[in-house]
Amino acid sequence: MTFDVAVEVRLRPGIADPQGATVERALPALGFEGVTGVSVGKSIRFTVQADDESAARALVEDVCHRFLTNPVIEDSVVVLSPAVAAPVG
Amino acid sequence: MTNVAVVRFPGTNCEFDLVEVVTKLGATAEIVFHDVTSLGGADAVLIAGGFAHGDYLRPGAIARFSPIMSAIAEFAAEGGPVVGICNGFQILTEAHLLPGALQKNAGLKFRCEMVELRVETSDSALTSESNVGDVLRVPINHFEGNYTCSAETLAELRSEDRIVVRYVDNPNGSVHDIAGVCNEGRNVVGLMPHPERACDDLLGSSDGLVMMRSLLHAAGARLEPSA
Repeated sequence: MTFDVAVEVRLRPGIADPQGATVERALPALGFEGVTGVSVGKSIRFTVQADDESAARALVEDVCHRFLTNPVIEDSVVVLSPAVAAPVG
Repeated sequence: MTNVAVVRFPGTNCEFDLVEVVTKLGATAEIVFHDVTSLGGADAVLIAGGFAHGDYLRPGAIARFSPIMSAIAEFAAEGGPVVGICNGFQILTEAHLLPGALQKNAGLKFRCEMVELRVETSDSALTSESNVGDVLRVPINHFEGNYTCSAETLAELRSEDRIVVRYVDNPNGSVHDIAGVCNEGRNVVGLMPHPERACDDLLGSSDGLVMMRSLLHAAGARLEPSA
């Protein structure tokens, strides 16, 4: 089976987020009021071939832990779904 | 003669500065590419600064999986001196040869300037020839040099005297002003500042020489006193 995977990499709670803080500070100057709690992360998308969903999830978790995130400062949220067939032609 | 392997990844850009300094101090240096599996019998390893693999994903994240890293881990486990400078420090943390991580600078600025470093321990491969309390002028040149670790790791580093150098005036938000740390064996050291760029008065400081000398001493070098 093929699965579409979306991984959101984000800084762990308590880890300083200078990018998020800078974006948040810039908002009022641009006329946007009332926006708080800005954090900046990464979105990584790919497809995975595996026998079933749990096998795919296990593989993705391993990839996230060993490569896509640095567990010292980051964690990840995985969204995994059966791949939608690409349109023919 | 002491031979130092200077590791080069695609995107490394400080390897020739290191070769120059090592040679100036009377040892030999050999550039070792990232895709080989042997250090060629080197007595010490320097992981040079730059942007290995473009720093894609995270600095050091891809370099960590390079074939040469297994040889470096093995060399380090045997007690061989390994020093990672700037990007090399980031690679060593990603490879779990040193604790913690390097995050974007607190001010979101790329900092390129001379800083003062206080030597916190003389018991490391990089500081054996210096004294605790010495203040060394060495330049930094980084965007992701903000050292971060868990409270437990910081407590461990402090109680085990593994913080090697600290900034006198913290330029990047590093926890506890940390500029460099070592492993439990004290033979693996990583730091963000560039001692190789402070090895000649023409460069504004030669305070980096004591660090490079320490590394060669750790490697068993017998240097002339005035080298």
